[in-house]
Amino acid sequence: MSASISSYARKIWLLYYDGFREMTIGKTLWVIILVKLFIFFIVIKFLFFPDILSRDYDNDNERADHVRHELIDNPRRFHSPEKQ
Amino acid sequence: MDDLMTVVDWSRWQFALTAIYHWLFVPLTLGLSLIVAVMESLYLKTKSGKWLAATKFWMTLFGINFAIGVATGLILEFEFGTNWSNYSWFVGDIFGAPLAIEGLVAFFMEATFVAVMFFGWGKVSPRFHLASTWLTWLGASISALWILVANAWMQYPVGMQFDPAQMRNVMDNFWALFSGIAVNKYMHAVFSGWALSGVFVIGVSCWLLMKKRNQPFALRSIKVGGWIGLVGLLLTMWTGDGSAVEVTKHQPMKLAAMEGLYHGSTSQSIVAAGIVNPHKTWDNDEDEYLFDIAIPYGLSILAKHDPSAFVPGIADIVNGVDINENGDTVNTVSYQERIRLGKLSHEALRAYDIARASHDEDAMAKAADDLKAYYPYFGYGYFDSVDEAIPPVAVTFYAFRVMVILGSYFLLFFIVALFAAYRKDWLQRHKWLQWIAIVSVPFMWLCSEAGWMVAEVGRQPWTVQDLLPTKAAISEISSASVITTFWMFAVIFTVLLVAEVSIMLKQINKNSQKNLEIDNAH
Repeated sequence: MSASISSYARKIWLLYYDGFREMTIGKTLWVIILVKLFIFFIVIKFLFFPDILSRDYDNDNERADHVRHELIDNPRRFHSPEKQ
Repeated sequence: MDDLMTVVDWSRWQFALTAIYHWLFVPLTLGLSLIVAVMESLYLKTKSGKWLAATKFWMTLFGINFAIGVATGLILEFEFGTNWSNYSWFVGDIFGAPLAIEGLVAFFMEATFVAVMFFGWGKVSPRFHLASTWLTWLGASISALWILVANAWMQYPVGMQFDPAQMRNVMDNFWALFSGIAVNKYMHAVFSGWALSGVFVIGVSCWLLMKKRNQPFALRSIKVGGWIGLVGLLLTMWTGDGSAVEVTKHQPMKLAAMEGLYHGSTSQSIVAAGIVNPHKTWDNDEDEYLFDIAIPYGLSILAKHDPSAFVPGIADIVNGVDINENGDTVNTVSYQERIRLGKLSHEALRAYDIARASHDEDAMAKAADDLKAYYPYFGYGYFDSVDEAIPPVAVTFYAFRVMVILGSYFLLFFIVALFAAYRKDWLQRHKWLQWIAIVSVPFMWLCSEAGWMVAEVGRQPWTVQDLLPTKAAISEISSASVITTFWMFAVIFTVLLVAEVSIMLKQINKNSQKNLEIDNAH
C-alpha cells in the first residue's frame, strides 16, 4: 500500500520535474509570471494597496463603526457634484 | 482635503482600466481551452498526428495567454480593499463566498490539470490527458462563474438581509445568487469567449494561408474555430436577449440609457443607428437624437418579447410612470420619492445606532423595522437631485451599438468563413477574405469590451443597485495615490499586453514553419 503511494507520488514529482526541465517557451512564461507576481504582491499590494479596514481597525466592531460613520454621518458622502 | 468626486472618478477609471485589461485575456482562455479540447478529442478519435499537431499548436497559444493573463484579476481585489473599503464591508458577506470559491477552484484546477495538459504528454495515458484538457476548460469556466455571480449580485442584489449591527448585508439564501441576471450574464460572457476565440483561430489560420504555410492545418483549424465560434455567437445572442429581458425587469434605467430613450411608448421602436443629442436631459424638451434610424416595435420585442408592450424611458422612470400588460397606466416609485425614502432609511439607521448605544431594545426594534421598510431605497438617500441617479447615456448608447453591430458582423463572418473553408481552394484563392479575417481579430475584442461597458457604465451611479452609489462606496483616500497607481497599472498592463502579443506572434511564426501535417510537435 505504502509502496504504491510512494510510486504514485514519485510519478507526480517526475511529471512536474521533467515538465519544468523540458520547457522551452514555458521558461520565458514562468519568468513573466514570477516577475508579475512579485510586482503585484510585493510592490503593488504591500506599498500601494493596503486593506484599509484591516490595517486601521483591530476588530469587526470597530470596522462596522467606521463604515457606519462613513455611510450615515460623513457629510462628504451627501455632497452633490456640481452639474457640468 | 481632496474633492471626493475626484477620488471616485479616478478610482472608477482605475477599476475600469484593470477590468478592461483583465478581460483581454479571460475570453481567450475560456474559448481557446474548448477549441483545444475539441481538437484533442478528434486526435483521440482519429489517432491522426495532424490533430495532435493542431492540438499542440493552439495549446501553446492558450498557454501564453493563460500565463500572461493569470493573476491580473487579483488587482481588482486589491482595489476593493483600498479604494472601495466601504463597499467591501457593506457587501463582504455576499461577495466573500463566491470569490473564495473562485480562488480555491481556480488554484486546484489550474495547478493540477493545466500542469497535466502541458507536462503530461507521454507521461499519462491519452485518455487521462484528454480528461485533463477538458477539466482545464471546465475549471476556467467554473472560475468565471463565481466572479460573474458576484457581479450579477451587484446589479440585482438578492438573497440577503441588511444587519444594522454589523453594518453589512448578510446572506440568507445562497441559491438566490443564481438569479436570471446571473445565469444570463454568466452564459453571455462564457459563450462570447467561444466566439472571440473562434475569430482568433480563424484570423491566425488565415495568416498561415496568406503565408502559404501548412494550409491543410489552417483549414482544419478554421473549421473547428468556425463552428465553435458560430455556436458561441448564436448562444451569446440568445443569452443577450435573455439579459435584455432581465435588465428590463430589474434595471429599467440601464435599458433606457442603452437606448437613449427618455419618453417611452407602447410598440416602442429601437434605434439601429443614431446620434444622441448631448443636450437632452430627462426634464427638457430637446429631441432625443440628432439623427436616428429606427426599427419599428424593436425595443418592445427586445425588452418584453411583446411587440405592443410599453417600454419606459428615463423621464418615465424618474417620474414613476409605467404601463402594465393590460394597458393601464400605473405608478411606480418616482425618483424624488426614492430619495425621500432613502433619507428616511438613513435616519432609521442613525436612530438604531443611538438606541443601541443606550441599550434601548424597544427603540432598536422600532428603528430596525423602519430601516427594513425603507432599505430598498437606501442608496437614493445620498442624492440631492434625480440627475445623480441617471447613468451616462451617450457612452451606454454607443457601446451597446458597437457590441450589437460588431456581433452581427461576426455572425456573417463565421458563416462566410465556414462556407469558404468547405469550398475547395476558395479561401486560398481569395486573399481579400484572408485580410478581412486577420483585420477582424481586434474588432472581436472591441465587441467584447463594449459589452462590458454597457453592463458597467449603464448601471452607474451604483456599485450595488439602489443600495450603494459609488460616492458612498469609496474609501477616504487621497486622489494623488489613486492617480499614481492608475498610471502605474496603465504601464504594467501595457507591458504585459505587448509581451503577450509579441510572444504570441513569435510563437505563431515559429511553430507555423514546422510541418504540422505529421506529428512532429514536442
